[in-house]
Formats: sequence, structure tokens, C-alpha cells
Amino acid sequence: MMVLFIMLPIALLLAACAIGTFVWAARAGQFDDLDTPPMRAMLDDELND
Amino acid sequence: MAADATIRGVETSVSCTHCGLPVPKGLVEAGSSTQFCCHGCSAAYEVITGCGLDRYYRLRDAVDADRAAATVTGKSYQEFDDEVFTSLYVRDRPDGMAEAELLVEAMHCAACVWLVEKLPQVLPGVSSATVDFRRSTVRLVYNQERVKLSGIAQMLDGLGYPPHPARTGGAQQLRDIEDRRFLVRVGVAGACAGNVMLVSFALYAGMFDKIEPIYEHLFRAVSWIIAMVSLMWPGRVFFKGAWASLRTKTPHLDLPIAIALGVGLLWGSVNVFRGTGEIYFDSLTALVFFLLVGRWVQHRHQRASADSVELMFSLTPSTARRIGLEGEASVVPVEALVPGDTVEVRAGESFPADGMIVRGSSAVDASVLTGESRPEDAGPGDDVAAGTVNLGSPLAVRVAAVGEQTRVGKLMRTVARCSAERAPIVRAADRVAGYFVVIVLSVAAITFGAWLLINPVMAPEHATALLIVACPCALGLATPLAITVAIGRAARAGILIKGGEALEALAKPGLMVLDKTGTVTEGRVQLVDRVGSERALRSAAALEQHIAHPLAQAVYDAAAGMTLPSARGVEHRVGQGVWGAIEGERWAVLSPAAAEAEFGGLSPQLLDAVDRFASDGHTAVVVVGPDGPEAALALGDAVREDSAASIEALRVRGWRVAMLSGDDPRAVRAVSASVGIDQADAHGGVSPEGKAAFIREAMADGGTVVMVGDGVNDAAALASATVGVAVHGGAEASLEAADAYTGRPGLEPVVELVEGARRAMRTIKLAMRCSLGYNTVGSLLAATGLINALVAAVLMPASSLTVLSLAYRSRSFVAKRGDRS
Repeated sequence: MMVLFIMLPIALLLAACAIGTFVWAARAGQFDDLDTPPMRAMLDDELND
Repeated sequence: MAADATIRGVETSVSCTHCGLPVPKGLVEAGSSTQFCCHGCSAAYEVITGCGLDRYYRLRDAVDADRAAATVTGKSYQEFDDEVFTSLYVRDRPDGMAEAELLVEAMHCAACVWLVEKLPQVLPGVSSATVDFRRSTVRLVYNQERVKLSGIAQMLDGLGYPPHPARTGGAQQLRDIEDRRFLVRVGVAGACAGNVMLVSFALYAGMFDKIEPIYEHLFRAVSWIIAMVSLMWPGRVFFKGAWASLRTKTPHLDLPIAIALGVGLLWGSVNVFRGTGEIYFDSLTALVFFLLVGRWVQHRHQRASADSVELMFSLTPSTARRIGLEGEASVVPVEALVPGDTVEVRAGESFPADGMIVRGSSAVDASVLTGESRPEDAGPGDDVAAGTVNLGSPLAVRVAAVGEQTRVGKLMRTVARCSAERAPIVRAADRVAGYFVVIVLSVAAITFGAWLLINPVMAPEHATALLIVACPCALGLATPLAITVAIGRAARAGILIKGGEALEALAKPGLMVLDKTGTVTEGRVQLVDRVGSERALRSAAALEQHIAHPLAQAVYDAAAGMTLPSARGVEHRVGQGVWGAIEGERWAVLSPAAAEAEFGGLSPQLLDAVDRFASDGHTAVVVVGPDGPEAALALGDAVREDSAASIEALRVRGWRVAMLSGDDPRAVRAVSASVGIDQADAHGGVSPEGKAAFIREAMADGGTVVMVGDGVNDAAALASATVGVAVHGGAEASLEAADAYTGRPGLEPVVELVEGARRAMRTIKLAMRCSLGYNTVGSLLAATGLINALVAAVLMPASSLTVLSLAYRSRSFVAKRGDRS
């Protein structure tokens, strides 16, 4: 089970990456408007029909 | 406009090509492949198809949205190109493009978003158009050399989305940044709590299966690292709040939370390094996460309400028609006016600045400023104030003061001062927090002392455990959740609440001060009483229908539905009355003074009526027939139908109701008598500053004082009161100053607001009792040494879940359908 000493820090590192990405996304304004993008996505899909 | 089709008469089975609503019979064009229900729709259709955007119609059918007829105003929007406008609303981007945010009306579905965002395709020079659907705004990036903002505005208008400048500008950006911070905190706290929980599972499993010490140390160290991140980053807000609470010596819920977090972290760290003893990092990180989620949810709902209110007052016109030296008129933003300019103000428009009338005569409704319900006649040489409304015919006004220098501008400064001076509402949770800290700290001290005697090693263990399980997590969640639910439900019932504190204050009855004009009354002149025959009223209406004056309009409206004889040779003398011939007989509608002068006196019956009308604060007119004076009409501001019942309902709920108005004291007395307000509590002739002073005086007793009003003259009072409620149709200033806004006219929504607040508060209190119950049980277990980290970890989410379900189960504000105006 000594592998835990490697796996846990790696897991922590991955979690830190995820948090970092989230913080970046939030600060870049990706979550500012949650209503309009879904509408846009739906309409774009139809374009490809 | 959707209702227009039914108003205009017979509907047909033909549906409008643009909006899909039924086309009125008279407008169906036989043999045409396109049919339109109104001019707006046909104009919008032409623009849309002309630009090759027909796909809009297929999209609209696909998304199955609500149907609404297009509003096309056909305005030129030339004020959008004015230098002053540009400096206010247009920003230069580093890449040489210009950026502007416009608020658009009538955007209601995904197809609208698609259509508006297609602007770059149809207007060369526009490089992007980004819609924010919730706020109903579009952010435009365009090349100023190739396209003017007015051109873009005209195109938006042509598509059926009349644009307005978005006044929020910089404030909006600040708010976005604040929102993002909130979200980052919630996200990071959530990630930390989840990860600590995973590690803790290993530790809890090890509790039963005898974990090897080396792995136990590893897991404890890892959870310590994550907990440090959680408490030092998102959790820092609680320490900051606690510090502020200590410094200002006002109890705040952050204080007991910070104590629990701080002590838990400190003793947990000691235990991690000692390698023995309980650690509570899972509970602590979950605590931070839950509390932040609660606050975030409340913040979002308050923002949504505030945004809606803002949207409403952005729609009020902010332009003026300036007359140039050669008499040509140009539309400019209000901000571009300078003293000495001459502006034209058409009937129904409000004056953009203080000034003096130079041409034309009309009637002016100054009720937003003075509360005076009767329009005043105004002619050349008379002064008019910004914000008041021109009711009659077009006027040319020489501008004397603009912006902050106007009467309204000065009032707004008073409003800002009043809101700054207002003492914040002490929230129930914070009040409880004060006692809470004292009790918890003493119980912890006793526990610590008692265990020192029994088993000194365990004393800090148990005291720490007690402080952590006594952390008011559920207590901290109870208020935001219950308030969020209430604000959401209220919004659906057409009541917008900007702050949760207002809701708490409204739950405790106190003094409710009502404005008269527009709040208790209809706010417009109507026929309220009549002495004499219906024939006289018909004749009066026949004469008055030719006159553009609010009093004349009121007489004409009163005869709606009656068949009117035709009048000839109608002659109007300002201040005296109207003369004309009806079916060969001479009739006139005169002021009592003019009637007396012409006929040497009125019959005792009419004289009596005229006196009575005047003492009620109404305007009396006398109808004169071929045989002399025949009838007397009282024109005044009618009391709303629901007012008396609503005031009674407020009284039943324990409120004392008073009335405060700038109008003639006689009118105020008459209205207060008819709605059942005590004469001693009805005050007339009060200036806007006087209203604010009255409110402050009433608040000196420490009770709740609620101000309900709609005009600019109420704004300072709204800002001073514990809670200010602006009613439907209120002026921009009052919307800004108030804490809550009712979207339906009359006092009925105010009763709903009070009732909803009472229910929300009941839920909050119930939830508080439950969470205090959990805390007591937890504290008892901790004090007796029966608790461990696992029990604490189960206890806390259990209490939070209880509070959550209580909050969502509560029935504050029953959504009413169909009666939103």
C-alpha cells in the first residue's frame, strides 16, 4: 500500500488542476450568463441540418 | 400588444405571419400569402426577410416560444450619435473598435437571441453582437467609421427590439466581478469539502478496521492540507466578517462561525502534528461550503430582482427634443442639454429639465414632485420642473437648470444622503448570534474546566469538539434559504424584493405610511361625483371632447358608453370654461366662479354641491344648459377600489396606517376618511423633505416604519424608512430608493408583501429553533465526551438538510396568475 504515498499527491495535484481551471473559467466570465449560451447552442445545431 | 387583437374586435382564424397571433378581421388581406396583426409585425417582417433572415420563423416555430406582436417604434435614434451620449455609453476598445451595451425590449425567446446576434451579418461594420438573455441586453462591438450606433439602433428597432442605453455600465462590471468572486469561493469550498470527505472515509473505515499508523498519519496530513486551503481561501470571508463584527461591536453570525472554524483548525493542526486526537476537517470544510452556498443562492436571487427593477427604469425616456436656432428640432440625450437651450415637450412627455415655458399653453401634472393630484394650467412665463408631465399640448421650454441642479436632482441628493444615514436592519440571525457566542463560549469554558478535573488530557479535545458541533451552520443557512425562496415566489407574484433584510423588517408590524396620489388613489383625474341629470353630463362630454385638457378628458371619459350629441362652435377660454351649441341650444361647462359671474348665482342645491366638492379637495365645474346652471361635477383623483379593504387588512395584521401627501390637506382628509385612516394620521401639504423628516421622526421610537409611495417626492422618504416600497408605475427615483417594488397597481400587493414576509420570517424562526436544537444535542454529547469526528460529520449535514427542507416547504407568497399588468 506504499503506492498511496505517490497516488495521494498525484490525486491532490489533479484536484488542484481542476480547481485552477474552474477559477480561471469563473474569472474569465464563463459563468456570467447561463441562460443565453444554451439557446445559442440549440440554434447552431439546426444550422447543420 | 398581444391583447390588442382582441380589443380591436373580431379575431379571425388567420394568424400573423410574423408573430403568429390571430389577425383582426379588418386587417386580413384577401389573397395575400402574408398576413399581419399590426403595423409593427409587418414592418419587422419586411426587415427580417429583406435581410435574408427568414430562418428566424422556422427557429421560432421550433422553440415553441410565447408569441408577442412586434413593437417597431420607427424612431431615428439620432441621440445615440450625440457626443455626450457617446462619452457616456460607448467605450473605445484597444483594437480601435467601439463597444456599447444596449438594453433591448421584447426579447423573449431563443429565436430572438438568434436574430439579434445575426446583426453582424446584416450590418457591415458590426463585428459582434452578444446577447445576455436574462438581463435583456446586447453588447455590440462595431467599427465607428463604418457604422453609426444610431444605424444599429434603427436596425434593432426594425427587427422589433427597440433599444435603450443600458444605464448600468460600470456598475454592472463591478457586479460581475463580485459575482465571479462569489462563485469561485463556492466552487473551491465545494472541491475542498469533497476531497476532505474522501480522505475522511478512509480514516473512518480505519477506525473500525485498525488502520496502520503510517497511513493514518498520511491521510490526516492530506486532509489538513486541503482544509487549510478551504479555510484560508473561501473561508476567509467568515474571519473577515467576524473581525468586522468585533471591531464595530455589532453581533454577527460570522462571529460564532469563525470561532468554530478557528478553534477547529487550530486544535486539528495540533492533533495532526501530535499524531493523536480527533480532527474535524471534514466537518469544517463542509461547513464552509454549505454556508457559502446559502449566501450565494440568496445573493443571486437578490441580484435578479435588482436587475429587473433596473431594467424597468432604463426604459424611461432619457432624450429631449432640442430646438435649434433655425427652429429645427433634433433629438439629444438629456445629458447634452445646457441652460439656455430651448426644448420641445409634447403632450404626455415629461420635462427633461427645469425651465420656463416660452411658447404654448397646457396643463402640467406635477404629482410626482408635489403629490398634487390636480393638473395645473401653465402658459408662457410659467416655470416647469424636470420630471413633471405635460398633459395637454406641445410646449416650448427654455432650459434653466439641468441634471443635479434641477429640483429633482437636488431631491436625488437628499435621497442618497437619506439612504446612507439609514441604520441597517439588524437581522434576526445576527441578533441570535450575539447571545449564541456568549452561551457557547461559557459552556465550552465550563466543559474545559470540568474535564480538567476529571481527565486533563481530554479537556481541550472536548472543548474543541463542543465549539465545532455548536457552530451555527444550519442557523446560518436558515435565513438565506428561506429568504431566497420568498424572493423567488414574490417575483413570480409580481413583487420584486431587492434585499432580504427588508423582508425580515416587514415581518414585524409597525407604522405603515402611505402616499396618497397614485398609491391610495388612481393618480389621475376622474369624475368622482355628480349632482344633476345625466343629460347634463352627456352635453358636457359632447363639449369637452373637443378640448385637450385633462379635466375635459375626465368629463369625456365619464360619459364613455353613452351616445353623445354633436356639438358645434365649441369655444374654450382658459380658466373659465367651454361654450358651444348642442342641437341648437346653448350649453357651457364653466368654473363655479365663471358660472356665478354669468348667471348671477347658482341654485342653493348646486351651491351646496360645489362647496362640498371643494371641501373634499376636488375641482368643481358647473354645467350650464339653455335654462341656466343644471349640474355640478366633481373632478378629482378617485380612490382605488381595493384601498379601503387593503388598509383594513394591514390593520388586522397589526400595522398602524398613516397617510402622507404633498397634496391639499382637504383632499388628503377626504381620501383618508373614505379609506378609514384616522384623521390624526393623515397629513397633507407635506414637502418631499418634510416626508423624509416625518419618517425619521417616526423611526426615532425604534419601531418598523414602512413607506409606500410612487413619486419622486416620496423617494427621500422611501430611502429613510426601515423599508421603502415603491408601487406600480413609480418614478425612476422611487424605484431606485425603494427596497421592494410591487408590479401591480394598488395596495393589494403591499398586503401580500407583508403577509409573505410574515410567513418567511415564521419559516426562518422555525428553522432556527430546529438548528439550535441540533446544536444543543451536539453540545451535550461533546460536553460529556461522547462525540467523535464521525458523529459530528453526520450531525451537521443532518441539521442542514432539515433546515433546507423547512425552507423549501414554506409557503410565502402565493403566485397569482393572470392579474399581472
